[in-house]
Amino acid sequence: MNAVIDNLPTYLQGFGLTLSLFFIAGVSAIILGTVVAAMRISPVAGLRGFAAAYTELLRNTPLTLVLLFFAVVFPQIGPRIPYFASACVGLALYTAPFVAEALRSGVNGVPIGQAEAARSLGMGFGQSLTLVILPQAFRMVIPPLVNVMVALAKNTSVAGGFFVAELFTIGKGLANANGDNIIPILLGVAFFYLLITIPLGLLSSRLEKRWVVAR
Amino acid sequence: MSASVLFDAPGPKARRRSLIFSIISIALVVAVVAWALITLAAPRQSSGITLPGSFDPSRWNIFADPRVWRDIGGGVLATLRAAGVAAVLALALGIIFAALRTSVYAWVRVPTTVVLEFFRGMPVLLLMLFILLASSFGAYWAVVLGLTLYNGAIIGEILRAGLASLPRGQREAGLSLGLSRLQTKTYIEFPQAFRQMLPVIVAQLVVLLKDTSLGYIVGYNELIRTTMNNMASFYGNRYLLSLFIVTLAIYLAINFSLSALARRLARRRVLR
Repeated sequence: MNAVIDNLPTYLQGFGLTLSLFFIAGVSAIILGTVVAAMRISPVAGLRGFAAAYTELLRNTPLTLVLLFFAVVFPQIGPRIPYFASACVGLALYTAPFVAEALRSGVNGVPIGQAEAARSLGMGFGQSLTLVILPQAFRMVIPPLVNVMVALAKNTSVAGGFFVAELFTIGKGLANANGDNIIPILLGVAFFYLLITIPLGLLSSRLEKRWVVAR
Repeated sequence: MSASVLFDAPGPKARRRSLIFSIISIALVVAVVAWALITLAAPRQSSGITLPGSFDPSRWNIFADPRVWRDIGGGVLATLRAAGVAAVLALALGIIFAALRTSVYAWVRVPTTVVLEFFRGMPVLLLMLFILLASSFGAYWAVVLGLTLYNGAIIGEILRAGLASLPRGQREAGLSLGLSRLQTKTYIEFPQAFRQMLPVIVAQLVVLLKDTSLGYIVGYNELIRTTMNNMASFYGNRYLLSLFIVTLAIYLAINFSLSALARRLARRRVLR
């Protein structure tokens, strides 16, 4: 326990880096994922195919390989970029397809009768989308979207394997430095991860309960 | 919900516009890919030495050597072995977790819930590091047991959802036949819950297979570590890109076949 308290500043430093990885990659993934989801349901076949190929490719590639590409392979073929930036790019590109799938399943989850009813009332495309479809899709999208973000928070630890000194790397270093206190040190690291994931998980299940659509 | 309900069928003008957009976007993608290929194919100055382009035979020639393929095969086997053992253990652990989590006794249920939440909220990588440093099992068991604990917790939750989705009558019928609660669970509830959730479980096993790649970081010689670390440092950095492409292709082949299996299982469920 003392080992954890003594090293609290080091922990917080790593936690800060983990949080900034999480926020930067999370926001970029949501933006990119929304674009991909829009492409996926657009009437333009070329965009649809491109989005589908991107989603399938990234979803079937291990995150380690994606981050490895940006940290190790990319500098061989392109400009050298800082490791933090390459981790952000890798995490965002890896997470975006999961965001896109969550969004798409939300829109697809609205029963077709809702759209038909809106159209038969004389609403146009914009009206039926903003007044009928999206409010319902939004409720169905938020819980899976929060789950994607929880996964992202845990995945930031993989960046620790690629030269970003975030929480996982800090924990590894501290465990090596305090060989007699490995278990408390690592439990300290676990505590900081749970500090992100458990509140998000609670939020997700609360929203799920509150927003359940009775049909 | 199909988009066609949301707007009227496109007329000739809208169709033409859509076609033009299609062509523009395809042309853009082709242009980006072509630019990337040309950049890759060009020779490159790197710290004083000139490397031939990425598609030059001298950067691919190691793949003519059968020993390279034997090593890659060893990596694939190591990945599959870790994933297979972890999958079996995770399924067993998931069943135990689900049984304890749905116990009628609060003193069993509540601690199980805490343990499950702990494992679910942790990065797998941290679990692996934990096992690696706190025990003397070595990297292989760190990967396998880390994956087992994490995915066991996830599969436990999946099975619990499956148990919850069964009609109450199933359990009541079992109990009224004189089976004990445990017997009802093992013979009546679990087989149905398992079948119900099979597609989700297989999807989770694909995630498990992908996560064996974390062995790269904790030092287990699975596929990525074999190709991108051991072979890249043995044959030299000039082969990094070609090794990366081969590794990616192998992963995609394995995962696509597993995903196809998951989809087939899902379809079979719907048909029944």
